[in-house]
This record gives sequence, C-alpha cells and structure tokens, in this order.
Amino acid sequence: MNVITRVFKSLFLLELLRGLRLTGRYLFARKITVQYPEEKTPLSPRFRGLHALRRYPNGEERCIACKLCEVVCPALAITIESEEREDGTRRTTRYDIDLTKCIFCGFCEESCPVDSIVETHVFEYHGEKRGDLLMTKDRLLAVGDKYEKEIAAARAQDAPYR
Amino acid sequence: MMAEALQAFLEFYGALPRPVQILGQIVLLVAPLMVCVAYLTYAERKVISYMQVRIGPNRVGPRGWLQPIADALKLMFKEIIIPSGANKFLFIISPVISIGTALAAWAVIPFADGVVISDLNAGLLYVLAVTSLGVYGVIIAGWSSNSKYALLGAMRSAAQIVAYEIAMGFALVGVLMAAGSLNLGEIVRAQAGEWGPVNWFALPLLPLFLIYFISGVAETNRAPFDVAEGESEIVAGFHVEYSGMAFAVFFLAEYANMILISALATIMFLGGWLSPLHGWAPAGWFEVPVLGLLLDDGIHWFLAKTAFFLFCYLWFRATFPRYRYDQIMRLGWKVFIPITIVWLLVVGGFILGGLPPWWAPAG
Repeated sequence: MNVITRVFKSLFLLELLRGLRLTGRYLFARKITVQYPEEKTPLSPRFRGLHALRRYPNGEERCIACKLCEVVCPALAITIESEEREDGTRRTTRYDIDLTKCIFCGFCEESCPVDSIVETHVFEYHGEKRGDLLMTKDRLLAVGDKYEKEIAAARAQDAPYR
Repeated sequence: MMAEALQAFLEFYGALPRPVQILGQIVLLVAPLMVCVAYLTYAERKVISYMQVRIGPNRVGPRGWLQPIADALKLMFKEIIIPSGANKFLFIISPVISIGTALAAWAVIPFADGVVISDLNAGLLYVLAVTSLGVYGVIIAGWSSNSKYALLGAMRSAAQIVAYEIAMGFALVGVLMAAGSLNLGEIVRAQAGEWGPVNWFALPLLPLFLIYFISGVAETNRAPFDVAEGESEIVAGFHVEYSGMAFAVFFLAEYANMILISALATIMFLGGWLSPLHGWAPAGWFEVPVLGLLLDDGIHWFLAKTAFFLFCYLWFRATFPRYRYDQIMRLGWKVFIPITIVWLLVVGGFILGGLPPWWAPAG
C-alpha cells in the first residue's frame, strides 16, 4: 500500500504541484523590498554608527582624558594622549579612532563617565583616500557638533532603560 | 490601400535575388528572436524575484526595462580571455556551434498557418537532428578550454543532454504517430477540430507531453536539472573559461533553445497557432471586426502559448531544488524512457481503435 501511494504521488507529480502552487501564490504577494536610498529601515536609538565627541551646552568639550574607552576598546582602535590645560583641567591633546579597526561594539560609549564619546545613528559615510577613516579629535568633535540634536534625542529616548 | 502596398512589396520582394531573400528572412527571424532572448533574461529575473517576494531589477530605465540592454553592452565591452594552452580555433568556434544549432532549428517552426521559412516535410526530424548537434558546442567548449573543470562540466552536460534526448525523441514519436506527419505545419493542422482545445494532442498524449517538456528543461540544462552549471554550488560547467561576448553567445544559445523547446511544445501538444476558442465559442464571435481577428487562429495564440511554457521554465527554476546527478540519470533512463515506450503502445491502441475525437474510427 505504502509503495503504491508513493508511486502514485511521484508519478502524478503531486508534491511538485504543491510546490508550484506555493511559489505561484508568492508571485502575487506584497513585495517587502526596501528601496534603500529612497526608503530606509527604522533605526533604534541604540544604533551604533559613526563615532562623535560631544560638548557641554556651554561649548566645553566633555572628554576628561580618563582613557577608560582606550582601555576597554577590544579592537585597540582608540589612541589618547593628554596634558594639563592652562586652567588646571586634564584634556586630551590627541583622540584618534581608527574606524578600519573599530568593530562598533559600543563599549567606549558604555565606559565613558561623562557621555563624551558616543556612537551616532550615522552609518552612511565613506573614505575616499587613505586616512579618511582615521578619525581625529577635531573631526570627532565636528561630527558631535553637527549631530548634537539627534544624539541628545536618541540618548533621551533610551534613558529610561539605562 | 493596405492590400496594394502589400502587393507592391511582394512584387519587389519576388524580384530580389534568392540569397537576398534568404538573408531578409533570416534577419526577420533572428532579430525578434534576439530581442525575445534579451527580454527573457529580464523576465526571468523579474519572475524569480517576484516569487521570492523581491522586486528585481528596477533601476535601469523605467521599471528596469533597459536592464537587458545594459547587460548586453557590458558583455560586449568585456575582454574575451583565451586560456593559455587552449585550442584557439575550437575555443572560438564552439559558441558559434551552440548558437548556430539553436537558431537553425527555427527555420522549420511554423508561426502561423503557412508562416514558416522552410516548410520541410521532415521538419520534426530536422529539429531533432539540429538540436542534437548542439551538444558538440558543449563538448568542444569543454575540451578546448584546457581546463579540467570545464571538461568535467562538459561531460556532465553532454551525458545529460544525450540521456534526455532519447526520452524526448520517444515523446516525439508519439506525436508523429498521432499526427501521421513529420511536417510541423501538418502536425498543427492535425490538431484542428470541432472540439477546440480538446482536439489538441495534449490530452491523449498527456504523459508524453509532460515528459517532453521536462526533458526539454533537462536538455537546455535549466533548473532543476542544472547540475552542470549549478551557479549556487560550483562556478559553471563547460563555459567556466569563457568571458565577455563568447560567454554571452553561450547564454544566448541557452535561451534561444529554451524558446525553441517552448515553441515545439506549443506546436506539438497545444495546437500551435490554433485558437482555443474554436469548438465552443459561438461562431458569431469570429465575425466581430477587430476582436474576431484576435479570437481566431493566428500567430498571437502561438506566441501566447510559447510564453506560457517559458513562464513555466522560470516557475520551475524558482520552485524546485536542484536534482542530484544520479537522480537526473535515474529519472531519464529508468522513469521517462519506460513510460514513453508504454504510452507509445497505448497511443497505437488509440489509433487502431479510432478513439474519438482525435482519431476517426477505423474503416
């Protein structure tokens, strides 16, 4: 009996027809493609993209050169050098992030006691020549200045869960 | 006015020397065929992506309509790399053999009643002979590439093509018995009748019809029988070493063969240019000025049926997982050939017994 049903099934291509019916149905299904440059998928406020160094509202840079991020960075992508400033505070003289090494784990942001280094929602960036992906302190601060509003909004949105 | 212009054109055409006439016919056939091939690749990408809930190519031109043109341009500007140690002459000639046989078979395909380049009486035999030659393109390509992978791929393709040729030939013997003629036009005319679609050979020869089409899919090395190419598992079969236009010509040949198999299936089992409305639609329908012409027999029905088979090709590719190589051989030799032989006996019985409505009772 079992053999007969099996032969019947394969001879009349029943299972193949079922497969064809399935793909035939999907031919008319709603397409789920996101047409990227015009359409974008939603981003979480916790999205970890391009790095930025933030400032306080009065324009003072937040980073106090504690070097926690440099220590915690698993990819050794961060290099910091610091000096005492004229007003007696400790500030960085060099803050480099090599984006070609960075694995975007977000540990630097987690470790920062003053919310200075953050990872923004920006992921559409590129480098055109060697060194373009080596972020210096000036460039990180510039990114922070440019996206401060969005950065602050994302932090505020995520604050209740921290 | 139209009739006069046609008359003038026919006179002008008749006055041309024979080689020019033949050239004109070839251009008239090959140019639309190449456009069909180009847009079959587009249709393939679109249909498969739709079945995979994607959109497919939609950037080049409105809705991606210019995609095949862009592809063709890209391939034309690429270099044809000839591997060191390759037999140069054979390496270049094998894609030509492939496309040549794929196009030559079209000479006997009747697009509508009397619309055929060469009304051969042995049309079916000619098609079988010419398409069988295509395997030489495959083998020579594999051998002349001086690459073990190309050679192995060629062997696999060739074995598969030869195996399925037999089942295909037997399926066509059934058609030959049913129609009593090797002329493709006669085969279509034998399917005309009072019952319309029921008169077509698809019903009495149903197993042969299915086996013919499945063998056709295997013959053209298309999914699910594309182990020889297997783009998701191995690089490619016999044409690994080909690039640029030489590769494109193999591709053109494959798609031209797909269209050929579909056209043959249409002619032999689905009544070619015959309208499916005959037999049950009221006769008044065919009298309506323009619509009647569309509903009646004609090339558009032939094209529509061929398009249906081509869609099936793409549908199969989107649906079925690839066969294992030994399964392909088992299916060809141990399933298809016995079934076709048995059904040939059954068809013989039908013909002897004069099974209506396809065959008149004997005596």
